[in-house]
Amino acid sequence: MSILLDISKIDMVFPTPKGDFTALKEVDLKIKKGEFISLIGHSGCGKSTVLNVVAGLLQATKGGVLLNNKEVTEPGPERAVVFQNHSLLPWLTAYQNVELAVKQVFNRKMSKAEMQDWIEHNLRLVHMDHAMHKRPDEISGGMKQRVGIARALAMQPEVLLMDEPFGALDALTRAHMQDSLMEIQDELNNTVIMITHDVDEAVLLSDRIVMMTNGPAATVGEILDVKLERPRDRLSLAQDAEYNRLRSAVLTFLYEKQRKVENIPAQSSSKKTGETGDLQKVDNTNDVDVA
Amino acid sequence: MTTLIRKMMTADSDSTLLVKSLQFLSQRAKAVVLPMVGIAVFLVIWSFAANSIDTSLGKFPGPKAVATQIGNLYHEHQSEREKEAAFYQRQEERNAKRIAKDPGYQPKIRAYTGKETFLDQIGTSLVTVMSGFILAAVIAIPLGIAVGLSKTLNTAINPIIQVFKPVSPLAWLPLVTMVVSAVYVSPEPMFAKSFINSMITVTLCCLWPMVINTSVGVAAINQDWVNVSRVLRLPSLVHVQKIVLPASIPAIFTGMRLSLGIAWMVLIAAEMLAQNPGLGKFVWDEFQNGSSQSLSRIMTAVIVIGFIGFLLDRAMLQLQRLVSWDKESANR
Ligand SMILES: Nc1ncnc2c1ncn2[C@@H]1O[C@H](COP(=O)(O)OP(=O)(O)OP(=O)(O)O)[C@@H](O)[C@H]1O
Ligand SMILES: [Mg+2]
Repeated sequence: MSILLDISKIDMVFPTPKGDFTALKEVDLKIKKGEFISLIGHSGCGKSTVLNVVAGLLQATKGGVLLNNKEVTEPGPERAVVFQNHSLLPWLTAYQNVELAVKQVFNRKMSKAEMQDWIEHNLRLVHMDHAMHKRPDEISGGMKQRVGIARALAMQPEVLLMDEPFGALDALTRAHMQDSLMEIQDELNNTVIMITHDVDEAVLLSDRIVMMTNGPAATVGEILDVKLERPRDRLSLAQDAEYNRLRSAVLTFLYEKQRKVENIPAQSSSKKTGETGDLQKVDNTNDVDVA
Repeated sequence: MTTLIRKMMTADSDSTLLVKSLQFLSQRAKAVVLPMVGIAVFLVIWSFAANSIDTSLGKFPGPKAVATQIGNLYHEHQSEREKEAAFYQRQEERNAKRIAKDPGYQPKIRAYTGKETFLDQIGTSLVTVMSGFILAAVIAIPLGIAVGLSKTLNTAINPIIQVFKPVSPLAWLPLVTMVVSAVYVSPEPMFAKSFINSMITVTLCCLWPMVINTSVGVAAINQDWVNVSRVLRLPSLVHVQKIVLPASIPAIFTGMRLSLGIAWMVLIAAEMLAQNPGLGKFVWDEFQNGSSQSLSRIMTAVIVIGFIGFLLDRAMLQLQRLVSWDKESANR
């Protein structure tokens, strides 16, 4: 299959008061149509920056992004983004949040009734049809994230960009959301770039795992092909040799090859600060959070 | 384990319920009783203090004098209204007679020019403050949004706002009066000049808090919401309407409540200073009048002014609850 999205040798330099900060150096990645890509790497290496450049929310300092051989210069609905903290508009209901997107994208291409069907269809897809007239503050974190995904899917994007979509959720809800996402993916076969901190999530969902080196001047370190058969089932995969090989390959990359060397005060292991104070825990936990 | 806990809970629930309801009652009682106690203590202190202050116009008015005056002022209002009705009736009868005699006669209708009562003055002040406030909102909110959205505009306008913000609107009053009498000339003016003067003064003092709060609110919009709008490529007008305006409603209301409070204070002072109709003029007239009742009438006005200010703020709060998605900020 042909290349849909070409991230071509992008550099990203941020001007800061202390001089220029090179966040990304020659990040290069080619993505085929229908591929599911995970971006994994230590906190602060520049994953969000890559995603924002693809989304058009940031402009690369050097190099560029081509979608269908056309250069990306600004944000647009064909590159829908699912933001880390859902970013639903709190004054609109779930339905209205999706409606805002649908009205803008399918303006004049759909009748009113078709729009309503399409909005409801997308909310049904993420199992949110029962609460679609509720406001964001009336639904749980997982439900908000579902609506955020429904809003992005409703734009019928060519590439779906997700920045730690399940990062703020508890482990159970997250597993649930991953299953939902696989279901949707089976049906729609979208092209997806997803940032994650969760090694299991990366292996379970992806066709390829892109592992980034530590910043500054972060770039693509290794790319891992995940050739597990679909549909994938988390329980049976737990015993699967290939699954475990891939999993340990990612862990090896993160904790041996790209081990963070900087010294962090012992108390800073909270997820919020996004630092890597808890390296020791890696061996004895199943749900590894890199952050 | 859970059944055990449940059993313990049911055994306990009667007494807990009692304690809970007692607690609830005492909380409710507190919310009602404490303010009552506060008011009672205030009234006692007030009457004692009033009794021991002698002025050239008699004793300082206590609560009782004020209560009497409220009755008086209301009766004066009613009798004034009756006089007015009688005046118009007489006029109509007279005109009807003239027309019966001479069918070609064009009846002249003269307006009643009686004294404005206390209630009339309250009405005038309320209408003035609301008109000035609404005019300010119509100017300040769009301006605030524009300033909040555009860094360039902000840099350009900010110094002007910062300099004019601390100026008391009363300092503008002479200028406003002169400009209005020079510019607002029409043979049949729709509004009285005095009304326009007071209204513009109110507008001037509402303008700055509203512009500043709105622009700060707009500039501080959650970047994620802006990104949603960018990804959707919302046109600028839709962006303002669907994202910016709702997102900054809490900040806009903060500015509006702030400025309405200031406006009410400033208006009374402006009316006193410029002898424009309204509660301020009522106070001033009573002061000049200097009768034995004057002080108690002024004290009544003071209390009414306070109550109206309080009610205006409550009304804004209710409006905010109605419009705003952010129930939290409406409770502050
Ligand atoms: N606007 C900016 N100005 C200056 N530096 C920035 C800016 N945005 C990001 N950076 C820096 O670029 C680096 C990469 O940031 P980025 O947010 O992409 O990391 P990340 O991999 O997404 O981290 P996390 O996993 O914690 O979300 C960081 O060191 C960050 O400090
Ligand atoms: Mg990030």
